[in-house]
Amino acid sequence: MAGGDTSWRPLARPLLIPAWLVIGIFALLPVLLMAVYSFLTKEFRGGVIWDFTLTAYDQFFITRGLFGDEAAQVEWTYITIFGLSILQAGICTALCLIVGFPTAWFIATRPARTRAVWLFLITIPYWVNLLIRTVSLKFLIRDNGPLNEGLMSIGLIDGPLPLVNTNLAVQLGLFYSYLPFMVLPIYAAVERYNFALSEAAADLYASRWTTLREIVLPVVRPGIVAGCILVFVPALGAFLAPDLLGGAKTFMIGSLIEEQFKGSQGNWPFGAAVSMILLSLVLMALLIYARAAAREGER
Amino acid sequence: MRKLLLGTCLLASPAFAEGELKVYHWFEYIPQELVDKFQAETGIAVTIDTYDSNESMLAALKAGRLGEYDVAVPADFMVGIMIADGMLDSFTPEEMPNLGNIEPKWLDVPFDPGRKHSIPYQWGSTSFSVNRDVYQGDISSLATIFDPPPELSGKINVLDSQNEVLILGSLYLGIPQCTQDREQLKALNDMLLAAKPHWASFGSDIAKDVLVSGDAAAGMIYNGFSAKARAEGANVEYVYPKEGHVVWMDNVVLLKDAPNRDHALKFMNFLLDPVNAAAVTNYAAYTSGVAGVEPYLDEAIKTSPENNPPADITPGVFAEACDEETQKLYDAIWTNLKK
Repeated sequence: MAGGDTSWRPLARPLLIPAWLVIGIFALLPVLLMAVYSFLTKEFRGGVIWDFTLTAYDQFFITRGLFGDEAAQVEWTYITIFGLSILQAGICTALCLIVGFPTAWFIATRPARTRAVWLFLITIPYWVNLLIRTVSLKFLIRDNGPLNEGLMSIGLIDGPLPLVNTNLAVQLGLFYSYLPFMVLPIYAAVERYNFALSEAAADLYASRWTTLREIVLPVVRPGIVAGCILVFVPALGAFLAPDLLGGAKTFMIGSLIEEQFKGSQGNWPFGAAVSMILLSLVLMALLIYARAAAREGER
Repeated sequence: MRKLLLGTCLLASPAFAEGELKVYHWFEYIPQELVDKFQAETGIAVTIDTYDSNESMLAALKAGRLGEYDVAVPADFMVGIMIADGMLDSFTPEEMPNLGNIEPKWLDVPFDPGRKHSIPYQWGSTSFSVNRDVYQGDISSLATIFDPPPELSGKINVLDSQNEVLILGSLYLGIPQCTQDREQLKALNDMLLAAKPHWASFGSDIAKDVLVSGDAAAGMIYNGFSAKARAEGANVEYVYPKEGHVVWMDNVVLLKDAPNRDHALKFMNFLLDPVNAAAVTNYAAYTSGVAGVEPYLDEAIKTSPENNPPADITPGVFAEACDEETQKLYDAIWTNLKK
């Protein structure tokens, strides 16, 4: 485009207005609202009072005992919830990568005609609402569900495996929910890969492992990175899986935030503050990654 | 999010509607046939959204949804709170011809003296149920939930409702409601934290399903909900514990700024007709506050053990609405329990 027809340039600004409106209304405004709410005061029995305070952030990091009259100490509860959520989302991302990469590779190496069918099969379950799929998963793994009954009937186990209401069940739910977000971007990257390069590497006596590391990975890396971000970020904020499969007992960040807005004693400023802290963490991680990628590019 | 699943039941068919009525109601609490009957009689299309605790209903209305709904169905103490906060409209006896159908003992209630804002919907109790296939031992005490036997440990569902959990816990420890005594509150907090590892899940709208499916072997539950679990095949026994239980009455209230005030009054009056009140009871399995429903009740409901406790049980208590300072202490205990 550079150096080509420049007669459209005066139109560029007005043409950008819709994009800016969309970003402003759907991305910036909500974040701004959330930021403001996180500094407000909780009203008795739900809602907010327009008094600016740092109480919500204070509640996140500092505890003064159950009734707020003891010496201030570090509040580990929420930091622990963040730690466990990051761990869960991390494990989920790793699992999705381990399963998703070979899947994407398999699909991308099929003949063009069958490829569409495979992609179609991957997306079919996602026509059904996430809520329904999560509830169904619960039916499958409950004590007297088909999984446990089946394993018991073939004599593999004596009693039902305690799956429902555990972290394992939450992990299963996350993995199942976000797997396609890993498969599709990697597929897009692998599909563009020129397999002649692999042949050339083999001709030059590169081992399969070396070919994968030195030739394939650099080409498909953007797909892998996109997949990891697309899985990790929503998994970190998930609340359906912990709520339904974890029995609303195992808090992840998402369910902690949901509880503040929909729970029986809503605390909007605190929910907003937790959201802001989560947002800052994600942004920081992405910035660090972007920097590293840029440095890599300079080399 | 469970609320979403149950929440957006769009029951209206506005094609032939002569008007509409927006009801904010508990989950699984009104039979569809009764809604259809009201629509057929009046031509008013009814839309129902649902909630699963008094507190979340209040929070949603406070968050700007007042003016969107015509009626809601808060429990006794919550009616008092909503009146105090100016969230309810009032009606005159002339506007509610069936007002005289209310049983005398439910007519002049402390939370709405003279019934100016609310009418009885159903009343019942909250305690717990145990699956007798799983555990045959003594279940007469609230210890079954708060300090359970090994057979039940890890198989207990607890209502995701601050008020009911904290009041049942207080009854178990023998401490009064709305106390400011730090020692008593500390004891309540410690007891709940010690009990939590024995619990499998928190959930109100799932309370019946987990008992029926076998996911839970015991659970805090409302008496009528437990009767429904029994009717659906679970061998559950509802307990009136020796330490006491929670009694509540749900009431249909006329919300302030109701967009369809006339329709709301028609609906409330409709619900005070003994035939219709009995239809709700036959469905929800609680007890109506309307006189003259007996001829229309199903035999199973009339004689259910959940609704007909033995005469010598410890009487139940109504939830009290604490003042703001005291409520903060209870909120802290709940947050501490749930975090």
